[in-house]
Amino acid sequence: MLADYGYIGLLLIVAIFFAVTTLLIPFSLSLPARLAIYSRKFRHYIQTRWPLLARFIPPLPSPPKFMQIVPYNPSPVKNSTFECGMETIGKSWVQFNFRYYFYALVFIALDVLVVFLYPWAVELRGLGFSGLFAVLIFIGIIIVGYIYAWKKKVLEWK
Amino acid sequence: MATQFLPPDWPGNFWAHWAVFTVIILVFLLLTVMAFIWFERRAMAIMQSRLGPNRAGPFGIFQPAADALKLLIKEDVVPAAGDKVVHWLAPVVAFVPVMMVFAVVPFQGGALLADLNVGVLYIVAISSLTAVGIFMAGWSSNNKYSLLGAMRQVASVVSYEIPVVLSLIGVILLAGSLSLQQIVQAQEIPFILVQPLGFLLFFCGALAEINRAPFDLTEADSEIVAGFLTEYSGMKFGLLFLAEYGEALAISAIVTTLFLGGWRGPLLPDWLWFLLKVGAVFFFIVWIRTTVPRVRIDQLMALAWKFLFPLALINLLVTAVEILVWPDVSLWLLVPVNFAVMIVLVLLWSKLFKLGWGRVNV
Repeated sequence: MLADYGYIGLLLIVAIFFAVTTLLIPFSLSLPARLAIYSRKFRHYIQTRWPLLARFIPPLPSPPKFMQIVPYNPSPVKNSTFECGMETIGKSWVQFNFRYYFYALVFIALDVLVVFLYPWAVELRGLGFSGLFAVLIFIGIIIVGYIYAWKKKVLEWK
Repeated sequence: MATQFLPPDWPGNFWAHWAVFTVIILVFLLLTVMAFIWFERRAMAIMQSRLGPNRAGPFGIFQPAADALKLLIKEDVVPAAGDKVVHWLAPVVAFVPVMMVFAVVPFQGGALLADLNVGVLYIVAISSLTAVGIFMAGWSSNNKYSLLGAMRQVASVVSYEIPVVLSLIGVILLAGSLSLQQIVQAQEIPFILVQPLGFLLFFCGALAEINRAPFDLTEADSEIVAGFLTEYSGMKFGLLFLAEYGEALAISAIVTTLFLGGWRGPLLPDWLWFLLKVGAVFFFIVWIRTTVPRVRIDQLMALAWKFLFPLALINLLVTAVEILVWPDVSLWLLVPVNFAVMIVLVLLWSKLFKLGWGRVNV
């Protein structure tokens, strides 16, 4: 039994490793392009700030074009928030009423009910009718709250 | 006990078992997702009188591989206003749970990574974690479409978790176990015949949880561009896409295992039966996508809370009473009874009240 959890833990490590590697491959392929951009920016900075000094600094090596497999060429327009051509007004990280606060409350109550039903479901034949009655009482309590929520129009998306 | 289905020269070693099945899960996930992407595009094209991808290789079978290669060498654009760390982590968080689900799915008798005795509970717990990754993706993009899509995803997962989990209890009652291996062994006849209502509810809820049509409000193209995927490009987009199709694959595999008799079948080898059934379930998902129009968000929530949840509870109690009253009766006797119960309940419940269709004055 413990070995099974060991398998799952090891699979978790493999899954994370796979996902991270998949993201790191294009990043590492874009490193030459990034280097080229940064060296050009550095050159530009030096030349505009200290043109006299720039004469004595040799140009930084820029990777050849064929090594720049994954392009990297950010610009303020490209990196702006996409909104179908319109300019974004304000931030997105604001409070807004999404109406599912009550759903979350009802969810918590019902989810606890469901988790308690699982062990009963496995041992149904052993527990017999007494187990079923106990579960019925349990469900009944939750159902009262559910009907109350329905009557209070909590379940309406308005 | 689980090893009796394996070949006699099977290495019983912990590390050998782990290595073999990790490779099998990874290869199965990647290859089947690629095949599914191609299959969905071709099948949808045929259903809509189009041609679909047909240039890369015979019948366009290399199209998904070409797309993956293209995504790999695309520029990665990160919105300047977004949260870069969370933006980077979101695809990882979304993908990892999808792969973890396959740890307990038996490809064949005994051929699974870990035969957990809490298998169904494990699947329920792990598979809903993808919503966290999707919410991270939507929030970190700092885009209003992304945030709306992510909020819808959270709302639908919160709502559909309960009917999905409740409708699975019907299967557990019949099988008397949470281990997927033992549930398949308990299916003398596929549980879809014994639990028709449970299957219907589970399938509806699962479609909503993996945001496939008609419940694909999270990335409803005509309303909110692409939802949480709007600001993603390059391999990050690829990983999120992989996670999404991996979820569809996971749902197909779970439906196959719990309702369609898993690897069991005559004549053909067991693993082939498993693959065929998974493919059939996925074809059904594609078929639904081309047939049914998208629902509105209030209809989505009303369907979960007012239709699926009460029916799942009634289905659960009916099944429990049937098992307790007729403990030794053949499962075949339950088939007509349960089909009658399903038809009566679905008809009655849909006549009882309106689910929120028609106009809504907001």
